[in-house]
Amino acid sequence: MSKLVLKNVSRRYGAFEAVTDFSLELQKGEFVSLLGPSGCGKTTTLRMIAGFAPPSTGTIEMDGQQISAPSGVVPPERRRMSMIFQSYAIWPNMTVGENVGFGLQVRKMSRAEIDRRVDTILDVVQMRNLKGRYPSELSGGQQQRVALARAIVVEPEVLLLDEPLSNLDANLREEMRFEIRRLHDEFKITTVYVTHDQSEAMVTSDRIVVMNKGRIEQIDAPHVLYGRPRSRFVAGFIGRTNFLEGARNGNDVRFDGFTAPAGAVEGANGTGQLLYSLRPQAVGLTAQKPAGPGLAVEAEITDRAYLGEYWDYQARPLGGAKPIRVSTAPASVFEVGSHVWLEIDPAAMVRVE
Amino acid sequence: MTASSGAASRGPILRAGRWDATWLLWIAIIAILLVLVVSPFVYLVLTSFQAEKTGDFTLSNYATAYGRARYIDALFNSLQLGAWAALLAGVFAIPLAWGVARTDMPGRGLTRMLVLATFITPPYTGAVAWILLAGPNAGWLNRFYMFATGAEAGPFNIYSFAGLVVVIALYSFPYIFIFATAALELVSSEMEDAANILGAGTWRTMRRVTLPLALPAILGGLIICFLEAIALFASPAMIAIPARFNVVTTQLFQFFGNPVRVEVAAAYAMPLLGVTVLLILVQRLITSRKGFATLTGKGGERRPIRLGPWRWAMFGYAMFVASLSVFLPYIFLVQSSLAKAWGRGFSLDNLTLRNFNFVLFEHATAAQSVINSFLYAAAAATAAVLITLGIAYIVTRRLVPFAEVLGFLCVAPFVIPGVVLAIGFYAAYAPPPLSLYGTALILILAFTTRFLPIGYVNASAALRSLNPEMEEAVRVLGGSRVMALRRVVAPLLKRSLLGAWLLIFIPATRELSSAIFLYGPNTKVASVMIFDMSEEGNFEYLSALALILQLLTLPLLWIGQRALGRDFMLRRTAT
Repeated sequence: MSKLVLKNVSRRYGAFEAVTDFSLELQKGEFVSLLGPSGCGKTTTLRMIAGFAPPSTGTIEMDGQQISAPSGVVPPERRRMSMIFQSYAIWPNMTVGENVGFGLQVRKMSRAEIDRRVDTILDVVQMRNLKGRYPSELSGGQQQRVALARAIVVEPEVLLLDEPLSNLDANLREEMRFEIRRLHDEFKITTVYVTHDQSEAMVTSDRIVVMNKGRIEQIDAPHVLYGRPRSRFVAGFIGRTNFLEGARNGNDVRFDGFTAPAGAVEGANGTGQLLYSLRPQAVGLTAQKPAGPGLAVEAEITDRAYLGEYWDYQARPLGGAKPIRVSTAPASVFEVGSHVWLEIDPAAMVRVE
Repeated sequence: MTASSGAASRGPILRAGRWDATWLLWIAIIAILLVLVVSPFVYLVLTSFQAEKTGDFTLSNYATAYGRARYIDALFNSLQLGAWAALLAGVFAIPLAWGVARTDMPGRGLTRMLVLATFITPPYTGAVAWILLAGPNAGWLNRFYMFATGAEAGPFNIYSFAGLVVVIALYSFPYIFIFATAALELVSSEMEDAANILGAGTWRTMRRVTLPLALPAILGGLIICFLEAIALFASPAMIAIPARFNVVTTQLFQFFGNPVRVEVAAAYAMPLLGVTVLLILVQRLITSRKGFATLTGKGGERRPIRLGPWRWAMFGYAMFVASLSVFLPYIFLVQSSLAKAWGRGFSLDNLTLRNFNFVLFEHATAAQSVINSFLYAAAAATAAVLITLGIAYIVTRRLVPFAEVLGFLCVAPFVIPGVVLAIGFYAAYAPPPLSLYGTALILILAFTTRFLPIGYVNASAALRSLNPEMEEAVRVLGGSRVMALRRVVAPLLKRSLLGAWLLIFIPATRELSSAIFLYGPNTKVASVMIFDMSEEGNFEYLSALALILQLLTLPLLWIGQRALGRDFMLRRTAT
């Protein structure tokens, strides 16, 4: 049975619809991210799951029981969930130990039991030695660990995270991503994670919900999202990509500067605009004409940038107007203006809406 | 550690429902606000249109209130008084504010302290001290003048329009000082440097850059000063009445004399209310005007301006103002409180502690009046802080629709002068069925209402600094809203709430203008007692009582400064 089910949920603020027709099912123990640019409705969705806001339409169920509907919601304190906030919301008037023990205290556990559990979880997040400290004496990363410990120690039915890493510096953010995933693997808590950072979502999640303007664009596992984006928005938001517009011409599809056989590209027989996403990594770049099975397209380098881990080239097909972006290994060096060959695998071109 | 306890606590917890007990609390707070603010105001307006006995609609109250030339004169006297007092207060306050905030004048901390001492001196105490100083013939300044020049009579007469202006200006200039220093401290040195590099010297820079940038705040302070002056009751009553002219507040007091004509008083209070509302709007407009980028608080670095030898001139001026508002008044208040007869001056055989003894232990009601003042002030401060905290919480967390209206009601009493508020309370609660006139309750309610704005401004500032996620974290972990308030909000706001409490309590212990219309035989407060003594001419007892009141304030001030910093009373949030 699904752990958490959102059915056609929407949320209006006056005339503005923050979330539109949102449906999602989470399996028990699953880690799902809500990913999208700011203002896409992901935090609103999370707050509806937490019970801070009622949905305008639609329902939310947990373990088969309705917990949110426009007619009424179970208040947050009776949902047995827990949440990690963007600001951490560590209470500055309580020590680390008191912060972490709070939820257990609310659940009326004995002092000894609370102490035992707090110590256990502080060991897990490597904060045991700081139990007696006040939050103002902690670094951002340590506060983040307290927030994690406080949320996990109560063994919530569902764990909600609202951009928990956005206030950390880059190195710490990367470390904490893996920490969050590790804790999930250890405790298997059903988790909803809100973020605008695609790599955060990809590292942590079993599935990612990409949202835009209050609507779901696509729900899939990270590698599927990257490899098979369904919409122009998803292809552009997850990683970098080239958008290629094609036109059917007999047995071929004509693109800007090259032609591909209709049989080789996805959906060439369909109706509507033929728009394809082609990742820069999927394009080969060589000085001589490639011998491989892909399409060989003669091109000229118009611009380049060196980013250490890779070269970022702009190569304009001869006879085309728009350059195609290509990523290559740091060792393959081409000067601006030089003639090159592009190798394009038609199967790597994903049709998007 | 997964699942085990989760399964144990599973039960019929998932019930849908929107109501919890805290809603009752919110409804109670809203009801209180209706009682404190809305009903006195409504009754004030209604009463002004009601015939005295029958309660029928009539315009005759207005006809009576504005039917005589001397009633109209009193209105114009008030306006003139306010304008002159505000101007003179500006002359006192602006140089001091600039000196303290922007220059290397010596004794800046001392000057701030002396302005604070002025600020906590009730206007009526200052007025009494100045009667001792500048009373015709017997006043100390006149006696020194005669002694020094051998003249027959001294030049000073406090019982005059000019005398009243000086006394009011001396005890209201701290308002301008507070506004002006707050603004001047935000003018960045870089803006002044920019003027300097283009060739402007210190004085030109001050005149062309610094002062204009602080001007909106200074104008705001002048307006507050003007309103303070026209709403003041005690100083005009002590000085203008012997000088044989009336202002609005003293005229209102006469309408309230035997027999009480509250309907006429209400009608006569309307211009005072109207002018206040209008000017507060103007003041808000001026101080909130955009384009004065320095007031955003991102002013960059600030260096004091070097005045060279002029720094001593600035210091001299500061000490001159302080001697008028603090040194001279307190010297002669102390002298008078320790004298058998104040006019006999500083001689050993004139020294006595009899006045303190009399006031504290022998006078029938004086000691009780001090106790009353502190009890009522404590009750009012506590009530105001709790109510405004509740309302600020509702408003900042948007718990009910139209919550902003509640916030507006909390700050609305700011535009109602104390005397007018008292008339509203009298009209609303003195008649049956409540018949609260002369009870402690009506005084406490009036004080609470009068200081709601201070409470609200502080409570909402404190709450805005508190991230709502702090409370959401409590709730998501299973705690109720009440638990969030008790375990997280209250502990975190302790300091600010103590500050707000003191900012209400201290002025409430000296409140006169609303008390004078509402006290009864058993509910006399210290300020009313002092006022009575001044009418009887008992300046020795009066000085003793006034000093006792001041001394009792000092520990509170100390607590406030320990908890909230040295300047807690002189910050702009105080008003």
